[in-house]
Order: sequence, then C-alpha cells, then structure tokens
Amino acid sequence: MTSYDIYLIAPQLATAAIALMVIIFDLFFKKNKLLPVIAFVGLSIPTAFSLMQLNDLIVSDSSGLVPRSSVFYGSLMVDQFSLFFNFVVLIVTGLVILSSNDYISRMNNHRAEYFGLMLLSATGMLLLVGATELITIYIALELTTLPLVALAAMLLTAKSTEAGMKFLVIGALSSAVMLYGMTLIFGFTGSTTLAGISEALSVSHYSDIPFGSYALLVGMLLLVVGFGFKLSAVPYQMWVPDVYEGAPTPAVAFLSVASKAAAFALVLRVLCSGFIEVQPEWTILIACLAAASMTIGNLAALVQNNIKRLLGYSTIAHAGYILIGIAAIGGNSSESLFSHMGPSSVLFYLVAYAAANLTALFSIIAIGHNINSDQIDDYSGMFRRSPLIALALVLSLIALIGVPPTGIFMAKIHIFASAIDNHLTWLAVVGVVNSVISVYYYVRVIRVMFLSQTEVQSKIRISWAPGIALISTSLMTLLIGILPGVILNLAEDTVKVLPNIGFW
Amino acid sequence: MITGFNGILSVTVFLPALAALLIWLVAKSDRQVRLIAVTAGLCDLVLAAVVFALFNKGDGADRFQFVDRIDWINTDTFNASYLLSVDGLSAPLVLLTGLLGFCALLASFHIQTRIKEYFVWLLVLQTAVMGVFTSLDLLLFFLFWELELIPMYMLISVWGSGKKEYSAMKFLIFTILGSAAMLVALVGIFLSGDLKTFDMVLLSESSNRLVAGGMVLPISMLFWLFFIAFAIKLPAWPVHTWLPDAHTDAPTAASVMLAGVMLKMGGYGLLRINVGLFPDQVKIFAGAIVALGVISIIYGAIVTLKQTDLKRLIAYSSVSHMGLVLLGIGSVAVSGERISSVGLNGAAMQLFTHGTITGLLFLCVGLIYDKAHTRYIPDLGGLANRMPFVAIAFLIAGLASLGLPGLSGFVSEILVFLGTFAAFPWPTILAVLGIVLAAGYILWMMQRTLFGPDLPRFSTLSDASLVEAVPLVLLIISIVVVGVYPAILTTVFESGLNPMVEVMNGLTNDISGTLITR
Repeated sequence: MTSYDIYLIAPQLATAAIALMVIIFDLFFKKNKLLPVIAFVGLSIPTAFSLMQLNDLIVSDSSGLVPRSSVFYGSLMVDQFSLFFNFVVLIVTGLVILSSNDYISRMNNHRAEYFGLMLLSATGMLLLVGATELITIYIALELTTLPLVALAAMLLTAKSTEAGMKFLVIGALSSAVMLYGMTLIFGFTGSTTLAGISEALSVSHYSDIPFGSYALLVGMLLLVVGFGFKLSAVPYQMWVPDVYEGAPTPAVAFLSVASKAAAFALVLRVLCSGFIEVQPEWTILIACLAAASMTIGNLAALVQNNIKRLLGYSTIAHAGYILIGIAAIGGNSSESLFSHMGPSSVLFYLVAYAAANLTALFSIIAIGHNINSDQIDDYSGMFRRSPLIALALVLSLIALIGVPPTGIFMAKIHIFASAIDNHLTWLAVVGVVNSVISVYYYVRVIRVMFLSQTEVQSKIRISWAPGIALISTSLMTLLIGILPGVILNLAEDTVKVLPNIGFW
Repeated sequence: MITGFNGILSVTVFLPALAALLIWLVAKSDRQVRLIAVTAGLCDLVLAAVVFALFNKGDGADRFQFVDRIDWINTDTFNASYLLSVDGLSAPLVLLTGLLGFCALLASFHIQTRIKEYFVWLLVLQTAVMGVFTSLDLLLFFLFWELELIPMYMLISVWGSGKKEYSAMKFLIFTILGSAAMLVALVGIFLSGDLKTFDMVLLSESSNRLVAGGMVLPISMLFWLFFIAFAIKLPAWPVHTWLPDAHTDAPTAASVMLAGVMLKMGGYGLLRINVGLFPDQVKIFAGAIVALGVISIIYGAIVTLKQTDLKRLIAYSSVSHMGLVLLGIGSVAVSGERISSVGLNGAAMQLFTHGTITGLLFLCVGLIYDKAHTRYIPDLGGLANRMPFVAIAFLIAGLASLGLPGLSGFVSEILVFLGTFAAFPWPTILAVLGIVLAAGYILWMMQRTLFGPDLPRFSTLSDASLVEAVPLVLLIISIVVVGVYPAILTTVFESGLNPMVEVMNGLTNDISGTLITR
C-alpha cells in the first residue's frame, strides 16, 4: 500500500476519523454544544480531499484515478461518478447535522454517539459509491447500515426500539440473500471484481436461458432483490414505514436521502459495469420492481395518518420512479449502444429528490419538535401558526407530487422521457398514473395546514442552524426546477464515465 | 427559429405574480392589499390592451410578435427555451385574461376572511393563465398549465361555499389526470422526429418532418393524449363533471376566472396544439370531435334546463357552449375544396365571447347571491325593481348568451355554424337545435329571478355599488362592441389561424396533386 492509495481513500478515512474524534471529545469534555460544530466543521476535511481528487481528475484528463499496482486495484474507483456522489453524501450529511441542532436535546446522553454513528454511516456511503468489487461492496453496505440501525433505535422509546429491531432483522435478511447471490455470481464468473465479471460474461453467453445460465439468473435475482433493501424498493420495502415512524426524524432524513443516493449509485455502477452483457434481462427485472414499488408505495400512502409514515411510503414510490431511469438504459436504437439519458436522469432525480425530501423532513423536524406529534391532524392551521415553515413544507410536497416549478417536475419529465425513448412506454404510463394517485395524499397534508383552523396559536420556533438548513434546501428545490440545466449537464457528464454508457 | 427579447410579454405575465409577492411581504392593512392588487390588475389590463392594439395583423407582418426568448435548458439530451410570444390566436386571449383578471379582482372586495392570502392566490392564478396563452415552448406551456392548479384549489377550498373541499379536490384530480396525459404526449413529441425540441413554432412548421423522422409513440396516440387534457379543461362531455361542482362552490371571482379564462385554456390548447401541430390527425378525427361537440351541446343544454341553482345553471350552460368550440374545429374536415378558416375562427371567437359573457353572468349571480343570500331560483323573484342596474347587466349577458344578434355571442355561433355546415350538415343542424334550448333556459332563468312580483323579503336590497359596477360596465362594453363590430377580433384571429389552415390545404394539395397530375 502506497501513500497514493491512502490519498485515494482520504475522504473516507477523514470522515471516519471525525466520527471517532466526536466520540472521544465527548469522553473528555462535557461541552455538548460543541459536538455538532465539530462534526459540521470536520466535514470540510473530506470535502477538501474530494475537491483535490476532482482537481487531479480534471488535470490528469483520464476517466478515473486508479493505481494499477495496489491492494485497491479493482476494488475501488475514484472517478467523476464516485466524486459526484461523494459531494451529495457530504452535503446531505452536513445539512442533516445542522438540522439536528434542536432535536438532539431529546438524546441527552447519546449526543456524541448520534453524530459519530451518522458520520460512520457516511463513511460507508463514501466507500459504497466507489466500490467496484463484490466483497468491498458488501463491507461498505454493512458499514452504511449498522450505524443506521443504532441511530434508528436511539430515542429508546418503544416505537424507536421497534424501528431499530425491524431495521436490523430485515437488513440482516437482505444481506444474507445478497451475499448468497454474490456467491453464485462468483461461482459462475470466477471473479469478484465488476470488470472481471463483465469479461467473463462476454465470453460465455447462452442465449436460450435468461441471463445465460440458471446460476447467474438466481444470483442476479438475489443480488438485485438484496439491493432493494437499501433502495427501499419492493420487495424489501416493509421496514420503511416502521423505521420512518419510529426513528429520530433527522436520522430519517439522513437515511431517506444520503443512503438512498449511495445505494442508487451502487446499483447503477454494478449493473452498468458488471452486467451490461445481460442488460436486456435485468432491464425487465428492474422495470417490474419499479412498477411494483411505485404502485405499492402510492396506494399504501393514501391511508396514512402519520406524516413520517406517509413520507415512508412516498419514499418507496420515489424509489420506483428512480428505478425507471435504471431500467431505461437499454439501447435499442440501431446506431447507439446504451443511452445515457436514463442513468443521467437517475442522478438528476436523486439530487432533486434530496432537496425536496430534506425540505419536507426538516420542516417536520421543526414542527414535530414544537408540537410533539407527527399526526397529520395535529398540523391543522399550521399556516396561521408559522407561515414560513408551512410554506416550505407545502413547497416540498408540491415538489414530491412533481408539480412545476420544482426540481422533481423536471426530473420526472426527464425520467419518463428516457423510458419512452427506450421502448418502456408502459412503465412511463405506470409512473404517470402513479403521480396522479400521489396527488391525493400530498394535497391532503396541504389542505390540513391551510384550511383547518385551530385554537393553538403558538408560533413554531426554529433556531438558526436548522433554519439555514431548511432555507437552503427550499431554495435548492426551487432553483433546480427553474434552472435544471446546471445539474442536468453535470449528471450527463458524470454518467459518461461509467463503462458502456454515453453513446446517444 | 424566432428570437429576440421584447420584454413587454414577460412583464405582462409576471406583473401579477410580483404584485402577489409584494402583497405577501409588504402589505400591512387590508386597504393596502386591495390597492396593490387592483393597481397591478389595472396595469396588467393596460399592458394586455397595448399588446392587442399594437399587434400587427396586416399582410406581411410577422406571424409571431413581441417575442421573448432565452435559452432555458440546454444539455445533450434535453432542450427547452423560455419563449413567450403572441400571434393572432393568442393576442385576443391575452386581452381577455387581462380584462377578466381585473374584473375578478374588483369583484373580490367583499371577501372578509384571510384577505391577504386570497389576493395572493388570485394574482398568481392570473400569471399562470397569462403564461399559458403566451408561451410557445411546450415545456414552459406545461409549467404554466400546472402552476394554475394550486391557486385554484386554494381559492375554491378556502373561500368557497357548500361542499367546497370535495369540489376543489375533484377539480384537482380531473385536471391532474389531464396533465398526466399531456405530460406523456409532450415527452413523446419531444423524442419524435429529428428536431428534439419543445419549440411549438418549429414543430408546427415541420409537422411533416415530425412523421418522417420516426415517432416513438403513434402520432394518433399523441394527438388523443393532448385532446384528453384539453377536453377535460374545456370541458367536453363526458369529462365535464368536475365543472358544475367547482363552479357552484367557488367564490365569485374564482368562478369568473374559471369560466372566463381557464376553460379557454382548453380551447386554446386544442387550436394551438391539436390543430396547429397535428394538421393531418385533426382532419382524420374531425368526425369524432364533432360528435363529442354535438353531444356536449345538446346534453349540456338539456341538463341546464332542469337546474335550480343559478351558478349550476350557468356552469352547465358553459358545457353546452364550449361544445361549439369542438364543433368549429370539426370544420377542417371539409372535403374536395379548400378549407377556410371560418369554422376555426368561430371556435376562437367563442373562446373570447363566452369568456366575457359568462364572466358577466357570474359577476351578476355573485352580486345577487351576496345581497339576497340565495341562488335557489324558486326563492328569487322581482329583483329588477330592487337592483335595476344588476338586472340590466344580467339581461344583456343572458341575451348575449342565447345568441341575440347585435351582441357578441351571436357572432361566434354563426361563424361556427357557417364553417362547419359544409363538412357536417346534420350534426350542425342538431347543434343549432341545442342552441335553441339555450333560449329556453336563459329566458326562464331571467323571468324567474328578475321579474315577477316584488317579494317583501328582498325589499331592502340595494343596487350595485361603484366598485361592483365597474366590471359589469367593462364587460357590457366588450360584449356590445364585439357584437356590433366583430371584425375587431375576427381579423386578428384570422391572421393567427390562416397559417394553420394553409398547412392543411398544403397537405391536401400534396396528396391530390400527386394523384391527379401523375
């Protein structure tokens, strides 16, 4: 291992170091107030390392920074794709730390652990977005998930403990399934690196069986299904509503945005670099999962009374919309190989969704902290009590419906366009119909806040740090909707570094 | 490709939204709120009038004028521009929006609850509608189309009456359903052909290339997806059921905007997109469109006859009258000779005249309801003695609505019938019968509410105040002027519709030319 190797994983190492620093600081000093400051300021170090790597990447003018002769060879990739998600994860983590400022008063003795675990999970995500080898992927996934389990149970209430327990058990189950899938894939291809798998698949291909062989068929099925847990997509979606309801709200924000973005990055990379040879087969699989996620998520959300539960089902639905973009990779047009419209729309959607969903959850943190409830009925008259926070929540809900001028509107247009362009019109239609269904439950929340009156007239208080987080995500939501070109161009550039992508 | 940046349309579109922002941030008292809102409404009306007056409809003038264009999204796979412009089709509708927007603001002075929010939503609504009529980029068009949803939902569900929340949700779900269809269609259009653009001007000029370049979805499917979206908004039978509920429960100003301009978005979309972008498809499917139109006209009229609520009555009459737009569009199916723009012109005229007439009807009903506290026709009577001015306005609107010559409604009806008769003689005759029913329900309504013996319980009613009278006078003027001198509008509409008709005639000539000469 050379010093250059260490430089390549410096963002991950730095994030883990800050996590430990926060915990150690808490052991020796009793200054609780400084903990979020350390965590937040500390994040500038991995960000700086990522910026340096980005600079190197631009200077070297190659697709990725990978040493040929190191222990990391084949297992990690530092390219524009991983750096894009590095920044997404780091920014989201920073915003969530800001938004936790008021909320952590509920966790008197565990404040340091709260931030430490969050940063450790972020470390896992940073590894995940660059991982190109199955075992690394597995370790990174576990590193992402286990701290989140502890975070979910951190409130030590019955609901919170239940959330942690469910998360742990289902997470373990999905890991086992995924691991079994990986074993089969390794057995079939003789390699654990994505490049090696791709090479093996390109030689041996029997066309009369799906995926070329039954081993690979079962392996892929189990792998993709296991990924479904991290994506909060069908068939591993049942943990989502319970965890969303029981876990601390900032942890939910972190989970629903950062973890989801990292998982989608992983799925894109695995499918595009490892399994592009069997693309027509997995396209069908992903398309079915997408349709099922959208439909189940939206239908179940219709009857929810708890806003966090509602957002839990909504996140399942959105995982479905984003999966459309992954399914829409197939290049069936004669002159092109694989479209980058689908993958780039995934990236764009993830950013737009991050902004909108964080806005929603940050408003819920502020409101829930004041009224001590997450029931939608208790939100009545919220617009009179606190117009700005209510407006932010309305904006985010409108965005989640996909109404302009917000980011997700542009993302949805783009993702449906990619589906139609790749002969998945039926999937686009399912998506559009689902968007219509979703109007009902989002608007119900808006209606309660605007229409119903309430006797309680006390204002909702929000301190400056969560306030900044809320304002910046709200502005992002609007800005991405009004000027989508910036992020869209970046997303299109970024997905071109994935092998086999970028001909259109 | 049309380029440039004139600026006047951008100001016209966004002025109401800016005023809304100003009200929300600055206004302290209810007086200030009203002052800012009305000032902005007046300025917007003046701007719209300036656009209409300066619009050059002469030969050789540019088809699209007052162009505002900025590159908006520009990536490998996605292109859209901020493109505002008016042609002969949209210029009168911009004027209509300015006029009715101003009237709606004035008609809102009696609102007592949550005044600030009310005017904010009303002004945002006006921006959205103005945007729909002026944007020539499909994505921008869709953006404004959707922007109108939330304000209208709020206006109905907060300041409405009766089953207001149910009606508002019904309105929302129906419209979103239409939007969903339109979303698929506009993505389909974007991906089809070699243009990869949302620019309606480019798309309409190259509608042949649209087919030749390969469609990702069948072109007839795109046509019908757009048609569904616009038919819901129009509304045409059988997707009209949201309208009576929304109208009945909405506050007066929202009803005026809804009937006056928002239904016109549907008609405008049909003319601009279904006729403008799919000239061959509209000829193929003209029969079906006419059938829907005739059913709307007759079904609407029959249902109207048995209504006892004033607002519901006018709402159903709107279904009947908007059927004329569909009928007028059917005129393009005339075979064997050159298509003339008369029928389309009638459809476009109907958008304008129905906007002003129904706007006036709703204003009058709003005043009656405010003062008499009932809209139930059997409970009303003898109002002409108590409120003569409102009665006269109501009478004029009613007579215009049933198509009395000399008032504006007659012009559009006769143009539609003239234009469509050649292509579909029997359906046109049926539609005329439907319009005859209008005389029945309008006169019956007038007689039962305005005339008859004085009722003691209405003895204290007062006539319209000055603020209430201004919108009535404005709309009466527009109805009479267009009725007496229709060319003020028809020539403008013609300058916008003729290029579309030329494209269709070109298509016919291509086909028949190849058959006969070779």
